[in-house]
Amino acid sequence: MSKLHVTILKRLGWALVVLFGLSVIIFSLMRIIPGDPARLALGPTVPEEIVEQYRERMHYNDPLPMQYYYWIAGVVKGDLGVSTVTHRSVTKDFSEFLPATLELVIWAGIPPIFFALLLGVLGAMYNNRWPDYIIRFSSYIIIATPAFVWAVLFLLIFGYWFPILPSIGGRISMGYSVPPVTGLMVLDALIDGQSAAAWDAFLHLLLPSLALALGHTMQEARLTRSYMLENAGKDYITMITSQGVPREVINRQFLLKPSVIPTVSIMGLDIAAIFGNAFLVETIFNWPGISRYAMNAILGKDINAVCGVVLLLGVIFILTNLLVDIVVIMLDPRMRQSRSK
Amino acid sequence: MEALKRNWLKFSESKISVIGLVIVSAFLLLAIFGKYMVPYPEHIGSYVDFANAGLAPSSKHLCGTDLMGRDIFSRIIGSFRNTLLMGVIVLCISAPVGFVVGVIAGYNKGKLIDTVLMRITDIFLAIPPLVLALAIASVLEPNLTNSMLAITVMWWPWYARLSYGVTSSLRSENYIIYAELVGAKLPHIIFKEILPNCLSAVLTKMTLDMGYVIIMGATLSYAGLGEQAPKPALGSMISSGVKYMPGQWWLTIFPAIAIILIVLGFNLLGDGISNMLGTEEN
Repeated sequence: MSKLHVTILKRLGWALVVLFGLSVIIFSLMRIIPGDPARLALGPTVPEEIVEQYRERMHYNDPLPMQYYYWIAGVVKGDLGVSTVTHRSVTKDFSEFLPATLELVIWAGIPPIFFALLLGVLGAMYNNRWPDYIIRFSSYIIIATPAFVWAVLFLLIFGYWFPILPSIGGRISMGYSVPPVTGLMVLDALIDGQSAAAWDAFLHLLLPSLALALGHTMQEARLTRSYMLENAGKDYITMITSQGVPREVINRQFLLKPSVIPTVSIMGLDIAAIFGNAFLVETIFNWPGISRYAMNAILGKDINAVCGVVLLLGVIFILTNLLVDIVVIMLDPRMRQSRSK
Repeated sequence: MEALKRNWLKFSESKISVIGLVIVSAFLLLAIFGKYMVPYPEHIGSYVDFANAGLAPSSKHLCGTDLMGRDIFSRIIGSFRNTLLMGVIVLCISAPVGFVVGVIAGYNKGKLIDTVLMRITDIFLAIPPLVLALAIASVLEPNLTNSMLAITVMWWPWYARLSYGVTSSLRSENYIIYAELVGAKLPHIIFKEILPNCLSAVLTKMTLDMGYVIIMGATLSYAGLGEQAPKPALGSMISSGVKYMPGQWWLTIFPAIAIILIVLGFNLLGDGISNMLGTEEN
């Protein structure tokens, strides 16, 4: 086994430890809620004997570590309990609502990376000239604006004042019917050969994903710019420049890669922010995703659903970060050496 | 005095950080004295005047009035105190807690306690902050204190990470080893030797974080989990205005602009301070 494999296996091990810890936190969260969980689940009108039976069946009378064991054994089998709002199993609700959110987060998370890198490189190339000023000035304003404020502004501007883009119509216009394959609407429409439907679904995605993407895109652009500038002052660049290598070649071959690596390594955290912000943005755009489902669960004190969502997002986040780590290790030869000691 | 002057010169080199300082100072002034300066102080609480409900912005009501007839400008200013409190309290709890955890772990680098503490930190970092904050705030009674609590729980790991990084690199410095050799106790090493070296990084991060904490607070308040009506909060003002778009756009636009300005001010100031102290952006 190569050093790279060992490093990746170690990361995988840590990810499992973190997952375990996450499940303990969520379990504790479920148990600190004031009130009797059995009573909360069944409602105030149900007679005490039935509540007691329910308590016994759900192991609420057992000591906490045993309760955790029963809960986690269920979770591993995909049983997150029953939602007290939709009266269905939380897992089933997830399979219905998760694809819409994933599609949104993918669009908000991945394509903007290229814009971020482009803007960052532009800013560094035109350092302290007008393109740099414009990018920096707009990034200050854009970063200062919370995602839900973007969503509200977009709704007002493009939904009401200049209604050129679909805003609160869900994922696709009426009249199209796309057979679900992957659950990602644009992709499914393309698989089915309906290009008009794919375009329509894309337009529906545009505003909510833009609201989610703007902040982190500009943040990444700023980071890329500052790393480009920092690396440009390093000795190895001075040396290559003195040897007469053209500026563009230096930028492309020697400067870009080391400057992009730190930006890539924070992207895992950005995914977390996107998921968090999706909570409000989905509500504002009436997007039928997991966040809107969770928001209703939170407001309705539907504890099984809330914990399920937090657990699910934690798992997605841990996996994304694992992936980002592996990409960084592959991109960066320095990481491979220092981490595999 | 000389050092202060030099720092100010370095800080004011960038016009943009001076703008930040001006915005933040104005915000602090309004947060503290705003109650006595607004045109309609009684409109900050529960006040009803249906005759003047839903008026568009005019010279009498700069930002219009809401559906209860309350002056929106006064309510925006009136919400500043809680916005400020949110930022200050969250950071003043999470920074010291994170610092202590990070220093203890960093000082014992490689030992069991390091692994345990930093893995716990990783677990907290592994949950999307807003998601857990929402979950915590929802389990508890929705109010300002609990929303602060929820954000604090999510915030300390960043400071743990930061001071862990600084401490574990200082760990093998000679002056720390000498201090150990002459028999200095752990509190002495942490507070007299390590803290001064972490301080500028922690303080810079605190100014840079102000804006983010305010955004988080506004987001929770938008979701209905922050300060409750009739007291004003920027987030809840926006969320109650969304239903009346586009007709009464001023209900949402002005609180939104207020949030953007405040956060912008803190971000510019934070950047200025971090440039002044020469700390890295990251």
